[in-house]
Amino acid sequence: MNYTGENILKGIPAAPGIAIATAYLYKKYKEDVTKEKIEDTDLAIQNLSEALEKSKKELQKIFSLAIDKMGEKRAGIFEAQLMILEDPVLLETIINRIKNEKINPEYVVSDEISKYQALMNASSEPYMKERSMDIEDIKNRIIKNIKNKKWKSRIASDVVVVTDVITPADTVLFTRVNVKGYVTDFGGLTSHAAIVARSLNIPAVVGTHDATDRIKNGDKIIVDGIHGTVIVNPTKEQLSEYERKLEKLNEINCELAKLRDKPAVTKDGKKIVLHANLDLEEELDFVVQNGAEGIGLVRTEQIFQVANSFPDEETQFQLYSKLAQKLYPLPITIRTFDIGGDKVLPLDIKEPNPFLGWRGIRFLLDNLELFKTQLRALLRASIHKNIKIMFPMITSIQEIRKTKQIVEICKNELKTENLNFDDNIPLGIMVEVPSSAVMAGKFAKEVDFVSIGTNDLIQYLLAVDRGNENVSAQYQEFHPAVINTLKYIIDECQNINTDVSICGEMAADILAVPLLIGLGLQSLSVSASVIPQIKKVVRSINYSDVKSLSDQCLTFETEEKIKNLIFEFYKTHLTEDLKDLM
Amino acid sequence: MIERKVKILNNAGLHTRPAATLVKLAAKYKSDFYIYKDGLKINGKSIIGVMTLAAEKGSELTLTFDGEDEEKAANEIVDYFNRGFDEL
Repeated sequence: MNYTGENILKGIPAAPGIAIATAYLYKKYKEDVTKEKIEDTDLAIQNLSEALEKSKKELQKIFSLAIDKMGEKRAGIFEAQLMILEDPVLLETIINRIKNEKINPEYVVSDEISKYQALMNASSEPYMKERSMDIEDIKNRIIKNIKNKKWKSRIASDVVVVTDVITPADTVLFTRVNVKGYVTDFGGLTSHAAIVARSLNIPAVVGTHDATDRIKNGDKIIVDGIHGTVIVNPTKEQLSEYERKLEKLNEINCELAKLRDKPAVTKDGKKIVLHANLDLEEELDFVVQNGAEGIGLVRTEQIFQVANSFPDEETQFQLYSKLAQKLYPLPITIRTFDIGGDKVLPLDIKEPNPFLGWRGIRFLLDNLELFKTQLRALLRASIHKNIKIMFPMITSIQEIRKTKQIVEICKNELKTENLNFDDNIPLGIMVEVPSSAVMAGKFAKEVDFVSIGTNDLIQYLLAVDRGNENVSAQYQEFHPAVINTLKYIIDECQNINTDVSICGEMAADILAVPLLIGLGLQSLSVSASVIPQIKKVVRSINYSDVKSLSDQCLTFETEEKIKNLIFEFYKTHLTEDLKDLM
Repeated sequence: MIERKVKILNNAGLHTRPAATLVKLAAKYKSDFYIYKDGLKINGKSIIGVMTLAAEKGSELTLTFDGEDEEKAANEIVDYFNRGFDEL
């Protein structure tokens, strides 16, 4: 297959799979308005009220659809939008200005609503800026209807969403409708949009630069999330080629589903534990379906969407208990809030360098009440003894010791309150910055387990911002520095018998799996959707083969050499259908 | 005219849903209803106005009610604040 051509866009393959569907351009629409003098103010006001009626009808439709797909609570925003269309204060001002100043209604609508938006944007609360965006929607809807233009409604089904950038909130919203695929202008492999797309098994291509310019609403498009290509209005040949591929892929998936209850053991008998990462509560059933043996990482900041507000102890306790009970007796590792960097701070703090700023454990230790609330909820939920707690962004031994002290304080509080918890609850750390990698052995002595977070580790090690598409090519999972660092961490932990696993996106890369196992890892935590594929790889290899593969890779000085050797390994050691997955 | 001081009690603050409920309650009465916060005066019958208020848990607002049914309006609306917008 030729992957270049006039109607082909290249991007980063962010979530595997193929989708053939209609494009849906998700844009924050902006209608142009100019100020014009008018003569007939009665006609203008008549136009305005017709536009308001039409907007109401459109919104009512969206509102009921939203309740259906998103639930009443999340749909609330549409009710507020509907009320704006009947806001007596706003409408009176608009009508008076049209009468008195004799200017066109779309200008007055835009000008008046913008005043409220300016107030919202001036607020230091980040959610007020979101509110302003929501108001932008209704403003543009009214203006569009005054101009009598057709406009696609906001929510559609069975489409490929094409947009400049997807926020985590957008992605969650889209999970409620049947989205077939994602294509974005910006974002990298480890952006949250990509992570969520992978966890829900929806093909995605990100970082195409100009998809929203080149794709029109309603275009037929093919999203190839395996190779990172998007085909706009495919030719007959391209279409039949991809229909054939899609069919083949479905066959492979059926085949993989059969592996669900088979253990992940290498041909020469080494057992590999496969855990799933969890970003959304809805994923839980999917996790078990795909044969995970537990959960290796719950991203609590994702599950609770803490960008809006922090949940109280009771809310957290309910959810942690539910997850732990549903999974019992399987283990579940829950990571405390990892806020900062690309994960929005709930407080409006602008940092020049967020990835080197106030994030992870630093933020938690500076916000003790919030930290304690989460720890108490986790402890209370631990009565079935299958919860482990993990702390993000550890850079020093003091942070570990301080954190353990706070856990002790929480335990003592619960004891005096006569509340039950697992007194031996395992505590672990993420090793995801170079300092903790270098100190891995000493840090590991302080805790019960270590989990390597490759996304951050790679970006800090290579000094590459993973979300910056200008340098995302330098974000090399197989950089020799990365491979050697991984080896060092694994050896240091295993020397003192501390459990070590890996929970970054690298573990989900089919290409990386033989290498990681060869480096000595016995536990991987990945998006649930890729567990069957990884199991298949594990069951097709000999530990002795991948051990010598990784030994050889450790001697190389370029990523290219390492990758070539792995490709070579796949060719000689793995079966045909696994090659199709690549 | 009646003036009352209220405090935001629920965790999420005056977000979109309670803002909508507040405006709907106010619309039932003939009396004027204004909300004062940080030097801003907002007409409580205007949803878009109320939405410009960033009122976190713990923040204090002043409400005024003026008109023939001010007593009833004040009671019902202050009560809604005191119930933490039914989110406690």
